[in-house]
Amino acid sequence: MTDITMQIETPTETPEIPVDQERGSLTQGQLIWRRFLKNRLAVAGGIVILLFYVIMVVFPGFFGTYNYNTQREDAIYAPPQLPQWRDEEGKFHLRPFVYGLETELDFASFEWVHIVDKSKKYPVYFITRGEEYRLFGLFRTNIHLFGVEPPGTFFLFGTDDLGRDLFSRVLQGGQISLTVGLVGVILTIILGSVLGTISGYYGGVMDNIIQRIVELMMSFPDIPLWAALAAALPPEWSPAKTFFAISVILSLRNWTGLARQVRAKVLAYREEDYAVAAQAMGASDRRIILIHMLPNAASHIIVIATLSIPGMILAETSLSFLGLGIQPPIVSWGVLLQQAQQVSVVLERPWLLLPGFFVVLAVLSFNFLGDGIRDAADPYSN
Amino acid sequence: MAVEQKELAVGQELVRIEDLHTQFFTEQGIVKAVDGVTFSIEQGKTLGVVGESGCGKSITAMSIMRLLPEPRGRIVKGKITFFPPQQNNINQTSVDITALDRHSSQMRGIRGRHIAMIFQEPMTSLNPVYTVGDQIIEAIQLHQQVDRDTARARAIEVLEQVDIPDPERRISEYPHQMSGGQRQRAMIAMALSCYPSLLIADEPTTALDVTIQAKILRNMRDLQQEYGMSIMLITHDLGVIGRMADEVLVMYVGKKVEQAEVRNIFHNPLHPYTQGLMKSIPLIGLKDKKLVPITGSVPSPFNLPTGCYFAPRCPQAMDRCRREAPPETEPEPGHFVSCWLYK
Repeated sequence: MTDITMQIETPTETPEIPVDQERGSLTQGQLIWRRFLKNRLAVAGGIVILLFYVIMVVFPGFFGTYNYNTQREDAIYAPPQLPQWRDEEGKFHLRPFVYGLETELDFASFEWVHIVDKSKKYPVYFITRGEEYRLFGLFRTNIHLFGVEPPGTFFLFGTDDLGRDLFSRVLQGGQISLTVGLVGVILTIILGSVLGTISGYYGGVMDNIIQRIVELMMSFPDIPLWAALAAALPPEWSPAKTFFAISVILSLRNWTGLARQVRAKVLAYREEDYAVAAQAMGASDRRIILIHMLPNAASHIIVIATLSIPGMILAETSLSFLGLGIQPPIVSWGVLLQQAQQVSVVLERPWLLLPGFFVVLAVLSFNFLGDGIRDAADPYSN
Repeated sequence: MAVEQKELAVGQELVRIEDLHTQFFTEQGIVKAVDGVTFSIEQGKTLGVVGESGCGKSITAMSIMRLLPEPRGRIVKGKITFFPPQQNNINQTSVDITALDRHSSQMRGIRGRHIAMIFQEPMTSLNPVYTVGDQIIEAIQLHQQVDRDTARARAIEVLEQVDIPDPERRISEYPHQMSGGQRQRAMIAMALSCYPSLLIADEPTTALDVTIQAKILRNMRDLQQEYGMSIMLITHDLGVIGRMADEVLVMYVGKKVEQAEVRNIFHNPLHPYTQGLMKSIPLIGLKDKKLVPITGSVPSPFNLPTGCYFAPRCPQAMDRCRREAPPETEPEPGHFVSCWLYK
């Protein structure tokens, strides 16, 4: 036999082909951002969400025309007053104005009726002083984005049964509804990813126990479970406490889906060579889970989170609509919609359904945004 | 950085594997992936492990690293002893790897620090979400008490040693920006970053094309000299063995069938299986020589033949081969074989 060692000893030397150094490659983040921007619907959704959070969660008092809790006996169930630019004579006004509202008692039905008084015009002023509210719940201030001088009124969305300005209430309600979604989702992410990772990484008995709990949670009908948990909340709890408890209740049911998906991801990652390689380099389990697996699952978790916020908002709305969630005097969209439970109310005062429109808008925007993020984060989508 | 001086005593035992039995407990039954293998790896030497797919070569490596998917697969019998090389003139006590808890900090301290491993698939052995540098720095900081700048300097140094051009720039690249060969080099760099005394290379060049293969192997051999480490090279490529190995271990269905110096394996193979392997190597320039494949296929692990596992495929099988498993003999010094022909 010939000497094999000699025969394969001489490798052909190939010169290292110079790589174009400057043809910069984009980082993963830049690629995701580009793909996201291409999706118009998702960008629109993102902008709406951003506006909602700035207007409703951060500055509801400033953007609202009145204090959301001010009651007016003379303006019960007032219809929406729209800003006008053109008066009866067809004259154009650069500064919009609203007509005055006359309230009369209709002796036939014994109800207050509101008549638009076109002889009175109240110009709309921007950045104006009005009713007092608390900024961030701390500072007393009375600056509003827009408003009219008393005795004029400007109810953009009309008023409710106690004469409270619905527009201001929708913004204030959005603060609660949108935050419940966010807080609930953060809790969902923590519970879901921790339990999902443990379940997937360790497997065996631990996996079995967690998965059976997930199945148990999933087999409960949503609304009765929430109702039972919400009913168990002590009524003497402070609004903030109740609010937090509602978020916890919502996320207690919601983490199961995420846990399953994270588990599946981790099961796949566990077999990945880099996980074994990290082990071979002497990394501990905790390190492999936290440093190597979670960042890989992060894009997935973010997408799931974005897609489950609307579920949370809807859940809060249904709970509050049924009177089991947020309790007045705190407002949420669900609380506002409680007033629209009767058909007669809806027929005569359709503006009370406006909070529902905001629920739809928020949920749709979140779904578009989540879809966009999912497509952008998935390197294989095209 | 304080580089520990390793005094190389070539020929001294580094790892001793005695009668290793690693088994997998599956639904269909027990798979004896490694079935009574004994060998040792010497300091500064390269041990080549050859065999067909599924012969237990990778499982032997995983047993040494204690990275088996326990409890499904585990070491049921045998002993793996690690003799850390003398450091700074202090003799280290030997460690019984089989007695350690696989999750213990002591075992983690051996993995990566004393025994490093590189895998077949350079494409997937690096975490896609971190830069190559981050991952090497992580490995360094796992085992050495150094700050990030020192670790980074070391990472650049080791990347340079594995012939990655422009390491200062490449260190901040993500794995997907590198070619397969470069990724494998980066893996080798990571493995070398902590000055291991044993590098287990599980088919390190199988996924790469031939020219890159040759360069990486040469690079590995140079670095072996420089670092004075031992290499356990697992492959089914006899060409790679010929280039790299000092000692060769031939495995068949979980058993060691032959072990000898590389020269003896190529020039004087004793076991019919090794002879078959040699006849099936294509040689450039020998026109008339036909390749002779080994007939038949590897027996199912659930239905192993009695006697010698190779007997059904062996051209020289005798009655005795089908009845009794052959014991290991040493027909010439340093050349071990398990075959009735030499009894």
